[in-house]
Amino acid sequence: MKSIILQTATRYLLPILLLFSFFLLFRGHNSPGGGFVGGLVAAAAYALYSIAFGVEEAKKLLRIEPVYLIATGLMFALISGMIAFFSFDTFMTGKWSDFNFPLFGKLGSPLLFDLGVYVVVIGITLKILFTISEEVKP
Amino acid sequence: MTLLLAIVTGILFTAGFYLVLRRSLVKVIFGLMFLGHAANLLIFNIGRLTKGAPAFILEGNQTAVEPYAEPIPQALILTAIVIGFGVQAFAIVLFKKAYQMIGSDDIHSLKSTDRIA
Amino acid sequence: MLLFSVLSGIFVACLVPFLFKLGRKPGSLIISLVPLSLFLFYLFNFGISDNLGYYESFDFFPALGVNLNFVMDSYALIFALIITGIGTVVFFYSSYYLAENPYLDRFYIYILVFMASMLGIVISDNMVIMFIFWEFTSISSFMLIGFKHREEKSRYSAWQALLVTGSGALALLAGILLLYLITGKMNFSEINSMPQIIQSSTLFLPAMFLVLGGAFTKSAQMPFHFWLPNAMEAPTPVSAYLHSATMVKAGIYLMARINPAFQGAIEWETTLSVFGGITMLFAAYMALKQIDLKRILAYTTLSVLGTLTLLIGIGTPAAMQAMIVYLIAHALYKGTLFLVAGAIDHGTGTRNIDEIGGLKKFMPITAIAATLAALSMAGVIPLFGFIGKELLYEAALEHSLVDYATFGAVFFAALFGVVAAGMSGIFPFFGKAKYPNEKPHEASFIMTTGFVITAFLGLLFGLVPMLVSDNVAKATSDVYYNLPLAVGSSMQLALWHGFNSVLFLSLGTLALGIGILMFRAKLFPIIRKINLPEFLQPSKAYDVSTAILIGSARLTTKILQNGYLRNYITLILLTLLLLTSYSLFAFSDLSVISLYYPVTFYEITIAVIISISAVLVIKSSGRLQAVAALGVVGIFVAIIFSIYGAPDLALTQYSIETLTVILFVLVIYKLPKFLNYSKFSHRLQDFVLAALVGLTMTILILMVTANELPPEFKDYYGQTSYILGKGRNIVNVILVDYRALDTLGEIVVLSLAALGVFALLKLKKDDGDSI
Repeated sequence: MKSIILQTATRYLLPILLLFSFFLLFRGHNSPGGGFVGGLVAAAAYALYSIAFGVEEAKKLLRIEPVYLIATGLMFALISGMIAFFSFDTFMTGKWSDFNFPLFGKLGSPLLFDLGVYVVVIGITLKILFTISEEVKP
Repeated sequence: MTLLLAIVTGILFTAGFYLVLRRSLVKVIFGLMFLGHAANLLIFNIGRLTKGAPAFILEGNQTAVEPYAEPIPQALILTAIVIGFGVQAFAIVLFKKAYQMIGSDDIHSLKSTDRIA
Repeated sequence: MLLFSVLSGIFVACLVPFLFKLGRKPGSLIISLVPLSLFLFYLFNFGISDNLGYYESFDFFPALGVNLNFVMDSYALIFALIITGIGTVVFFYSSYYLAENPYLDRFYIYILVFMASMLGIVISDNMVIMFIFWEFTSISSFMLIGFKHREEKSRYSAWQALLVTGSGALALLAGILLLYLITGKMNFSEINSMPQIIQSSTLFLPAMFLVLGGAFTKSAQMPFHFWLPNAMEAPTPVSAYLHSATMVKAGIYLMARINPAFQGAIEWETTLSVFGGITMLFAAYMALKQIDLKRILAYTTLSVLGTLTLLIGIGTPAAMQAMIVYLIAHALYKGTLFLVAGAIDHGTGTRNIDEIGGLKKFMPITAIAATLAALSMAGVIPLFGFIGKELLYEAALEHSLVDYATFGAVFFAALFGVVAAGMSGIFPFFGKAKYPNEKPHEASFIMTTGFVITAFLGLLFGLVPMLVSDNVAKATSDVYYNLPLAVGSSMQLALWHGFNSVLFLSLGTLALGIGILMFRAKLFPIIRKINLPEFLQPSKAYDVSTAILIGSARLTTKILQNGYLRNYITLILLTLLLLTSYSLFAFSDLSVISLYYPVTFYEITIAVIISISAVLVIKSSGRLQAVAALGVVGIFVAIIFSIYGAPDLALTQYSIETLTVILFVLVIYKLPKFLNYSKFSHRLQDFVLAALVGLTMTILILMVTANELPPEFKDYYGQTSYILGKGRNIVNVILVDYRALDTLGEIVVLSLAALGVFALLKLKKDDGDSI
């Protein structure tokens, strides 16, 4: 079911949705949003793309095998917990930078954790969708 | 609304359990999804309803000012929703696979796989 | 520093696969440097320079008092040196002994983890941390006993060891918690300073017996001894290391470590003396009945473990000193003898003592080491074992509880020990040469070097007891409550005590033992024929109880898990219904429920739409209809979230709803049409049950919401979220900061679900049948 309208729309929607998902991720600490929602929106963007162009195209666009995304995300989350070890605090003690970065505001280990959640959620959703749709086709 | 939501939750639980008790695989999956909604609403309701006041600390304040919604149930539900999706996906695939291998949608025909001698 | 020394073993264990990429031999030799460097570290930092009493503490779980507290006192040091010292020998030895084994890398992983956790046990001050390491040793022991996992007997023995020591460990954990209840402390150092409080508590006896449950199973005291001889299924270096020198001493370690807290209590001393004494005597006798070299050594090890327990039970400073000396001596000679047994096995292909003899011609170096170790075991002057035996006799002579019985038991156990020493360390090498098949050969250089060192250390410590004297005295005061200084400093070790009764006893034992050995051709057949009564063989009880366990598990599975999903769920729901409604109606006042909540028109609309969609899903016969109706439910749930102050939830719900629909669209066409399999009566029955559960839930919610919600948690998060968590969105701060560990767990679960989906779909039908 390849439709020109959907394909054209998706081409413009995909970057916007991805941008929106980043936006959700980074403002999540202070307003609605966060890693879970952001990840889901980003995954939905790719899902839309795979409906419009087919799974193979979507995979090509993603470039990375989703399992690696899962692993990377988990690693981010784990590392964010271990940052506290450097100052001899217990696992997962939140650590924050003292000054404000432009655009992001303060950076801290919880933010890295949220980034990890974001990446894991994208990985999981896409892994599930890709595997299932691959199975469906033949 | 608390009363109303409690009744809705009860209905969702009824629908969920009724469907889970069916023999058709697809219905069982639908039942699971109902149960997920029902459980989320139950937790949400028990955290008390606060209309139009999210659990935010407003710009300029150091602490949250009443009224604001109870944040803990929300945190629980948020992960529950996402986990629920994972479980759903897993259940769907599991049942689909079972259907492919056994060739039947009837759960009762699955029974021989875990019978103990 | 101590924490790092413990964890280094585990760290290197993670690197083993990479080290083995360098080649098996270099890899195993590099790994063997780990215990060596740890040994040197402990020796130079604590043995030679006087750093003892060094304390180290890291917060781990401060809310429960569980912290990484490590202490290095003399007593711990002795153990740490034995663990790393014998460890070094065993590691090097294994690199040749198991050189041909395809799983050598696994072996090193297990044994590294074991060494690290054993070190953890002996230097932990915190009881719970010690317990964690304790469990780690059980698990690594399980892996090592079952190392030859293709053999049924290995697997059986591994299970047995794990189940026996594992259930003992559960008792130990309960004991630790009781001690915590009594004292409110989690550290040995604190608990050991309050014996009066502990012993006057009503929980004293339960706590003591539970702790002993852990110690007795680990150190294989009667009636839990049977797993140790079976554990000889493990490769010989493992037997030498775990089941002789270190792990089985963990129970002894614990009993002595906690001795100051229980010391003086008559129940403590009696229990230890009786069980220790029986084990000592019984095992020494059993050793004589064996023909397998390793089983002889296993039973003599048991006997020594009994002796050590007995000595702790005697409980005088002299007995404690004897215990520590005996422990060191035993680690040295028994480690040697086990490794020698391995070398004999390697060189001749058998461990049957009837088939070998006169091996000294072929294995001269091994013979020297074996002789030295056997002499030490028999307690011949001037070896270290002699000092141990002297102290043992001295302690037994001054025991106040059951004079003659104790003394007799010690005497006979010592006598049998002499005989067993001859059987295992002397006769294989002397006398007429005999061996089963091809010509025996000497073990390789690295193998022999190790046990020659341990054997000669036994001689060195005997000749120059000053080397260990100080440390033993200090260690004695570590495990003794309020030991007067004068007593401590007077306890110097010496080889020569003068002509006294103890010396004559030692000589008498030796002479009698040699006598028995001289007439062994006549005596052994008789000994082997005398069987002990049934009740002394509790391994039967183990077999029966595991059979009962498995049988009852099978029965309950058959009844409860009969393969019909509907039955499971019905059962669960009925239980839920009964329990909840019972407590609802019996204990609560239903009249608190208020039915007057303000309701607006659009709220009613939402409720009605959700309810209608639910009914639609149930009634619909088409799949697409049902999916659409389900989507409606989801969207309206999201609307409820967004109205009542949960924008995050609403957002998440919307996105999930979208993805679910995509998922269904992908899969649904492959699924069959809705079919009604059930009879109407079944459906009616199910509906009634489901409706009752639903109603209970509604009442439950109304009951709960009728009460005020305690505001503490909400307030805490509301007050601190921005100040501590630097975030204005409290829900998100909870997710990524306050409860980040939970979230981490959840994303791991999610990842597993995704991998599960992947695995399920890649499962081919024909593969499925063979699984």
